[in-house]
Amino acid sequence: MAELDTRIDFYPTNEHQGLKYRRGRVLPFGATLVPNGVNFSIFSSAATSCTLVLFKKNAAVPFAEIPLPDEFRVGNVYAIIVFGLDYENIEYGYKMDGPYDPKNGYRFNKNIILSDPYAKAIGGRDVWRDVANLDRLYPFRSRLVFDDFDWEEDNPLETPMEDLIIYEIHVRGFTAHQSSGVRHRGTFAAIREKIPYLRDLGINGIELMPIYEFDEYEHSRENPETAELLVNYWGYSTLDFFAPKAGYAATGKYGMAVDELKTLIKELHRNGIEVILDVVFNHTAEGDHRGPTISFKGVDNKTYYMLTPDGYYFNFSGTGNTLNCNHPVVRSMVLDCLRYWASEYHIDGFRFDLASILGRAQDGSPLNNPPLLESLAHDPILAKCKLIAEAWDAGGLYQVGEFPAYGRWAEWNGKYRDAVRKFLKGDRNTVGQLSQCMQGSPEMYLQRGTTAGINFITCHDGFTLYDLFAYNSKHNEANGENNQDGNNENYSWNCGCEGETDDAEVNFLRHRQIKNALAILMLSQGVPMILMGDEMGRTQYGNNNTYCHDNELNWLNWELIEKNADIFAFARYIINFRNQHPILRNKEHYRNSDYKNSGYADITYHGTKAWYADWSEINTVFAFMLDGNHAKNGFVKDDTIYVAINMYWDALNFELPQLSKNRKWHVAINTAMPHPETFYHNNNEPVLNNQNNFIVGARSVIVLIGK
Amino acid sequence: MEVIIHTKNDIVYITIQGSVDSKTAGDLQARIMEKLADLNKIIMDFSSVDFLSSAGLRVLLMLYRQLNANGGKVLLVGVSDEICDIMSMTGFINFFELYNTIEEAENHFN
Repeated sequence: MAELDTRIDFYPTNEHQGLKYRRGRVLPFGATLVPNGVNFSIFSSAATSCTLVLFKKNAAVPFAEIPLPDEFRVGNVYAIIVFGLDYENIEYGYKMDGPYDPKNGYRFNKNIILSDPYAKAIGGRDVWRDVANLDRLYPFRSRLVFDDFDWEEDNPLETPMEDLIIYEIHVRGFTAHQSSGVRHRGTFAAIREKIPYLRDLGINGIELMPIYEFDEYEHSRENPETAELLVNYWGYSTLDFFAPKAGYAATGKYGMAVDELKTLIKELHRNGIEVILDVVFNHTAEGDHRGPTISFKGVDNKTYYMLTPDGYYFNFSGTGNTLNCNHPVVRSMVLDCLRYWASEYHIDGFRFDLASILGRAQDGSPLNNPPLLESLAHDPILAKCKLIAEAWDAGGLYQVGEFPAYGRWAEWNGKYRDAVRKFLKGDRNTVGQLSQCMQGSPEMYLQRGTTAGINFITCHDGFTLYDLFAYNSKHNEANGENNQDGNNENYSWNCGCEGETDDAEVNFLRHRQIKNALAILMLSQGVPMILMGDEMGRTQYGNNNTYCHDNELNWLNWELIEKNADIFAFARYIINFRNQHPILRNKEHYRNSDYKNSGYADITYHGTKAWYADWSEINTVFAFMLDGNHAKNGFVKDDTIYVAINMYWDALNFELPQLSKNRKWHVAINTAMPHPETFYHNNNEPVLNNQNNFIVGARSVIVLIGK
Repeated sequence: MEVIIHTKNDIVYITIQGSVDSKTAGDLQARIMEKLADLNKIIMDFSSVDFLSSAGLRVLLMLYRQLNANGGKVLLVGVSDEICDIMSMTGFINFFELYNTIEEAENHFN
């Protein structure tokens, strides 16, 4: 240390209001702890001056404002090292002067204190739904964090994509309900307490809905019927891309959210569970020209936002503004951000909200070769991260099947969701599409392989799986928008009665349909994703857009495990069935040929007649057989699996394909049977008495094992 | 923050009073490091510590690393439930052994 202390840049050159400082280093951007002080660096393409504003934590007024001398600027970057700061207890921001000329894209206001676009933590929402202090000076304040977490031997898991089973979680919703039984409900620490549950369920990846700092009070209002406060619960509105949501940490009030989140990730990794973040780079919380100036707008409006020729905000996100993702500076920020999360937080993958926006040019037009998507795909630090696109945006771009992939990107397969839903409700002309879905959508992803598609039937956006079979249409009145919000195309079927009912027959059918859906999802090639709570029949009472509810509509009620014990048992079984059968997790598509000379092609298609699949419009049944010699594209041996799905309203007799060499069909799954005879565990599957035929019940799925 | 350090039978006893945060962490670290030159058994008494910030936790971790490299050990005594909870949620607790009383910690060393 003594030797290092001789460096001259460890000592101040200037003093202002009792604070000592010197010229800083322009890179990295943001605030960085350096010996004896803190280095602050910020970019603005058009600011004419920059002042660093320092607060004691939560103080009403700043304790110092240091105007940066012009010699501290290199190009368009201002940098300063301030010495002797109590770095745990300060908050900082900037005042930037420059032109106010909205028509030409400039919105500088030297009186507003701006948050650092590279802040690693934000103060102001340290405790979820604590007092909304929006009238205080500088409500969302940049803070410093330690970046020296002790990861020990931990690294991202790099689980092969084809082996991944994703479970989508809202951090608060997962454990906020009192039935969760955890110490600190609704937090990162609480997820850690639930790791045994996640392991037991059999999933090996969790996808966290937005955890970048956001303001839960943004656009908050009263529910007209109940007077309950409606909030920004989902959090798809980022205040800062580098800061974790402090209110999601039980230790947020102590400024330790970073350590708590890292501890969760480390522990998940120890248990073989990957962490994928749902990231929202399409817009920010600053809204349009009527929205607040928090950071980007005042730092460099013209760089960070896509602007119309007359200086208004393009709105491809449906939320007011659009981040200017293909501006070189913004591109760098996105890249810096993801690198930071991948390296500092050991994040395993990212799911990009409305990712098609990331492929739009600065004027909003879709690019053929979007530089941001290409950069991310080829980035050295992100090389092993999963990159998953929500391949559409609110501006009408829909790219499922054709998102610019560069050999890396996967997509939320929206077509899978719709096709499986339509088939499950017995729609006509759906068997061909279902077959595609269960093969991993080769029609769309022939070159990209099965893992280009994230298969899902439900996600946070839309009905839960239970509601898919309990409601014909959305019931969003509680959102206070006259049921105008949320998707109208749900492809759902209430099984004979809208909403909750005592009718045992309807309830039995609903439970069966949930099991059918879970079976289809887990028996499909590609990467399955389950919505939190679907494994225990979670309901949102028909609300398909619960973005604003911080209540039991969104909180997972853990008592459902008992109430819907049959659903839970089946979900757990079918997830583990997938894990036990490598044949369901191929990386490459089926070749429709017997390339292992086993006597059977890797996949064969059947119907009520063996070896004859009926693709006609009126058909509602589908059966297929996977030959065990072709598991993992022929590298591994598995059992032969036969799946028959009957979405006809009555039971049908299915003729079974014959097995070779003394092998016999065993029953693994029959969703027509009541619990607990719906499924049989590995090696306990009963042999079929009749090896030639099977009566598949109305709206049921059977799975047979040939061994 | 007040720190009292004394040595008895090859064990360094560190008693801390008050809060350990970024203001006091550097001082605490410096004072402990002085004593580490030839001793590697430490008992830290936290019964009078009301708050341990991120910086405070990091001093503990550095101490752990330093001692671990020399085959030594640091035992924590009298950690309040709240601090224990924070240490648990932020992962720091995994590096330490906690005891209710000085005697129990001494017994561990003996």
